This record gives sequence, C-alpha cells and structure tokens, in this order.
Amino acid sequence: MQGYIYPNEFELHWGLLVVLYPYITGLVAGAFILASLERVFNVKEVQPTYRLALLTALAFLLVAPLPLLAHLGHPLRSYEIFLTPNRKSAMAMFGFVYAWYLAVVLLLEVWFEYRKDLVLWARSERGPKKWLHYTLTLGATDLSEEALRFDDIAGRWITIIGIPSAFLLHGYVGFIFGSVKANPWWSSVLMPVVFLFSAIVSGIALVLFIYVAASLFRSKPVDMRCADKLAAFLFYAMIVDFSLEMLDFIHRLYESEESIEILSQMIQGRLFISLIVLQVVLGTLVPLILLGAVSPALSDRGVSKTPAELRRLIYLGCATLVQIGIFSIRWNVVLGGQLFSKSLRGLTVYKLELFGAEGLLMASVLLFLPLVILWVLVKILPPWLDAEATE
Amino acid sequence: MAEARDRVKAGVRQPHEVVAGARPPDEHEVDRREFLEQTLKACGLGVPILLGVIRIQDLVAGEAGQEGYEPGEHYYGMGVDVGRCIGCGMCAQACKTENDVPLEPHYFNTWIERYVIQTDGEVVVDSPNGGMEGFPRAQSEGEIRRTFFVPKLCNHCEDPPCVQVCPVGATFTTEDGVVLVDDDYCIGCRYCIQACPYGARWFHPEKHVAAKCTFCYHRLVEGLVPACVEVCPTGARVFGEVEHRATPLARFMRLNEIQVLKPHLNTKPRVYYANLDGEVR
Repeated sequence: MQGYIYPNEFELHWGLLVVLYPYITGLVAGAFILASLERVFNVKEVQPTYRLALLTALAFLLVAPLPLLAHLGHPLRSYEIFLTPNRKSAMAMFGFVYAWYLAVVLLLEVWFEYRKDLVLWARSERGPKKWLHYTLTLGATDLSEEALRFDDIAGRWITIIGIPSAFLLHGYVGFIFGSVKANPWWSSVLMPVVFLFSAIVSGIALVLFIYVAASLFRSKPVDMRCADKLAAFLFYAMIVDFSLEMLDFIHRLYESEESIEILSQMIQGRLFISLIVLQVVLGTLVPLILLGAVSPALSDRGVSKTPAELRRLIYLGCATLVQIGIFSIRWNVVLGGQLFSKSLRGLTVYKLELFGAEGLLMASVLLFLPLVILWVLVKILPPWLDAEATE
Repeated sequence: MAEARDRVKAGVRQPHEVVAGARPPDEHEVDRREFLEQTLKACGLGVPILLGVIRIQDLVAGEAGQEGYEPGEHYYGMGVDVGRCIGCGMCAQACKTENDVPLEPHYFNTWIERYVIQTDGEVVVDSPNGGMEGFPRAQSEGEIRRTFFVPKLCNHCEDPPCVQVCPVGATFTTEDGVVLVDDDYCIGCRYCIQACPYGARWFHPEKHVAAKCTFCYHRLVEGLVPACVEVCPTGARVFGEVEHRATPLARFMRLNEIQVLKPHLNTKPRVYYANLDGEVR
C-alpha cells in the first residue's frame, strides 16, 4: 500500500477470474469475426480456417461464463440474472447476450455449416460415431440441392446477424467497464471499441496459432496463402487497436484530469511490467514490426522476403506474443482499475493466490479447458478441408 | 452565528431525547415538558420557534415507531459538520457494534479520515483502522497548516450508481430514501462495490454478499436515529428529514454552507457536509 486508500479498498474485488472473462469472450468474438470474413466478405484465402474459427469460438464461449460463476459470492443464485434482471444494469444483459450468441448465432451456424457432412459421415461410418453424427443432424438428412442451398443461405444470414452479435458480445463487455463513472481508469467511451478491436486481434492470433500448430502436429502442409492472409489481417487489426489505445492514452494525458497523477504513478510503478513491457512492447510493437516485415500486409510479397518455414515460425511467435499482450490488456484494465484508490490518493497491491476459487491454478484450468473442448469438437466435427465429406 | 449554532445543536440533540421514545409514554411526556422549559430558558426563544420545535418532534422518526412505520412519510438524509468532528471514532465503533460488522480492519460502514495539510501544500490523509480507536498524533514531515477529521459513510445517493449496476436488483433505494442490500438476493458479483465512487461498500466475508451503511434502518423504523448519530459526542452528525422545513437536518442545511462529496459525478448524495475542505475526496 502506498498513500491513502479508503479502508474498504484493501481487498481487490475483481481478481484473476474476472481478467479471464473479457479475455475469453474477446477470443470468441474475434474468432467469429474472422470466420465471417470468409462467409460474408468472401475472403477465399482464409477458407481453410473457417470451420476451425467457428469451433474455436464455440469452445471458448462454452467456458466464458465459468470464471464469472466461480467468482460469484453466491453462484447458485446466478439464475436470478435471467429471472429478475435489473434493466438499468449493464451487467444484467450478460445472460441474454450470451444466450443469444450461443444459441442463435454459434450453434445454429455450426449446425448449418456441418449438416451436409454430418449426414454423409453418418452414412459412411459405423458404431457410436455413426449414431453421434446422426443424432447431431437432428434428423434433417435431406441432401437435395434445394436443402443444401437453404443451408448455405441460412448460414450466410446467421453470419450477417452474427457479426453485429459478436460486436455486441464483446463491445458489451467493454461497456461493463467503460460505464463505471466512479473509476477514471475504466470510464471511457472508447472502452467498448478498444475491447472490440483487441478482441479481433486476439481471435485472429488464436486461430492463426491453432491452425499453424495443428497443421504441424498433423504433419499436413500449412496453406501459406491462408497463413499470410491471416497475418496481414492481424497486422491491420493491430494497427487499428493500437491507434485506439494510443488515442485513449494521449487523450487522458492531454486532458490531465484530477486522476492523472495517481494513474501515472500506477503506470510507472505497479503496471510497468504488465503494461509497458508486456502489453505495449512485447505484445504490440514487436509483433507489429515482425508482421509488417514478413507478412504481405504492407507489400504483396512482404517487405522482407522470407522462406515459408521461417515465416511460419515468425507467425507462431507473433501470435503467442499477441496473446500475451491481449491478456495483459485485460489484466491491466481489470486489475489496474482497482490498484488505485478512488480517493485518488494511494495505490494498493494485488496478491495473486495459487490455490482457491480465484487462484492461479483455477485460472489455468479455465484457460486450458476451452482447448480440451476444442480438441473434442475437432474430433467430432473435423474442421479440416481434407476431412470434408464427399458424396 | 454562535446563537444560531446553539440552536442547531439544540435541534440536533433533541431527536435523541424524543427518540428515546422506547421509554414509557408518561415519562416521555414529562421529559418533553422539561426539555421545552429548559430550551425556552436557555435560548429565550419566542413562541413561533417553540412551535417549530414542537413540530420537529412530530416530524422526526420519534413517535412513528409506536404507531407503525410509514416509509412514504419520510425522506432521510444526514448532515456532517466537519468542524465539529474530533476524530474520537465512537461513531465507527458504535456502527460496528450495532450492525454486526466484522471487527477486522477493512470492513466499514462508516469511518473517519484525518487530513493533515502542510504549508507546502502537501496533503497527508490517514484513517488507522477506520479511525475506530481515535488517531495517534499526526506525524508530519513539513509544517502543518491545518488538520481536520472527516466522517465518511454511504451517501445514500439519490441517483446511486450501485443500484443502477446491480444485475439482479438486490440493492435498492427504499421509499424513505435509504440504499439497502437484500442479503438473500445478492449474487455477490461485486459490481456495486466497483460502481460506488465513495468506497462505501464492502464484501461480507461470511455472508458473501455486498454490505454497506443502512442508516441503521432497523432503528429508523423504531423511531430511533442511526447509532453513529446517537453516540457522536459533539453533534457532528445530524440525522433527519430532508424535505420538511422544521427538522434538525433542514436547519443544519439552512444555517450552513452545504457541500456533497464528488458532486461532478452527479450521484446526488444525501449526506450533506458543512465546512468541507476542497481537498476531501
């Protein structure tokens, strides 16, 4: 502790689990927006990752509410948020936004996308897998041209609805923080927008990472046109994201409101590693420079020509750094907003526990869980182009 | 001005006499007569003021407790005279006892801050254990220009951000203007704690719900004033009706220049400070 903080502020109320929540929903929104590139905007290069991006979004979305539930003082009362939501509360909409996104957008889109393959797989397989795939068709086994055309149109429309929904899902998370007028670190109209673009960045980076890593593990060639395109999109999204963050930063600095002194102290002290080193330098500037140099973002063949193998590794490295950077953003927003006193006269510390409901171990499990779910989903619904069923 | 103050003080203390309405009615009547006589002698006040005093007795929560409490007939607020606070910490102690607040530090419905303003402009603020045991002698590196104590508590805002953000509506404003938390309903998300600009909310370590000052609502419905007001030895805290004219709080607000904490946030606090320094946040 440093300076004066209100006596009730000694305990930080939103810890690591609440850091996970915007991180995970960001990945969901970002992965979905990436998927929609192929579907709605017809970016053919990224087609190999379309299904993977959908499944990634689904896997992470299934886990997204868990950190929040684990963090509640009374998790068993959480259903009240559906039954008697306070319509004036930014948080009350969580359940509805989540349910809408899960049920109406993701599950429906995955189903329409996979229906044809499910029917064909069920026809050609034996044993439990046959029954699993047949069950997942929900009995809709019509593969006539008309039915398939309907699947396609439905999938397209769901994606069109899905894009604003993804924006809503994560912009909304940003609003939960950005609308807290008591907290000068959070209270910013830019918060939902910054959240959204950082979500897009994290989603693209995650799918790029999983795609390249999975291809290497499966000993399949990486489609470099796809990886290059993803890297270029990642670069553009990062430029927008970083510009917005810089705008927010410069705006605060220029306005120099009464909170500026304590916030400066916090950035120079408590948040130096996570904000300056991890978020800005390692998580943003380094990958930006690398991607700018080797990806086709700035010139068709890349500013510096590099062999595909090296580029692949650089992409993997950049995607990892970007994840660290985005996680740091969530950390800095959620915890940074509680490290200074609302008296603006002092700073407190966050003590990370190893065990316990809000400890490091729990957080690691919750971060690992979506990858396990994704692995299962990939087994049931192979997203690879070479796995697509042919008649 | 001094006379005015005395009048205010008389007004401030008076509810306590009335509030002790828990006593048998006969004794109550005698006390009131005695009190009025003494007041008349002491202040030499005229009949109109006296009438006003009598009205105060009708208006403070005093007798309502005996006849059934009607929330719609009240609208409460608190006045805090910073100039009168001596930092004894009795309010914070009484609050913890009255409201079963965990004794460990860092759980406070009300606390006292000490401001030490040095001649070089440096401001040092502290609140050791919420000021519950009073304050040790101020240790200041520079020359002290002035010091003062500021009692803090939930501001029972008219537009409370905590109520706005509660996802399930577990925290709410009562008809009589008190912000409360329903323990059986709160899901423990702690958004309200984040939304409170005054650090007035805390998380109950055993009940796992948000907790805060209730203006001692259980006492209000019995016709008593909050415990912190009851025990304050200097009358630094004034409790009463906001809207009626002849109440201790109304007088306090008439006779003092009133400020609220963080007015720029537009929460419209109902804890009104007199003699508040600009350094207080």
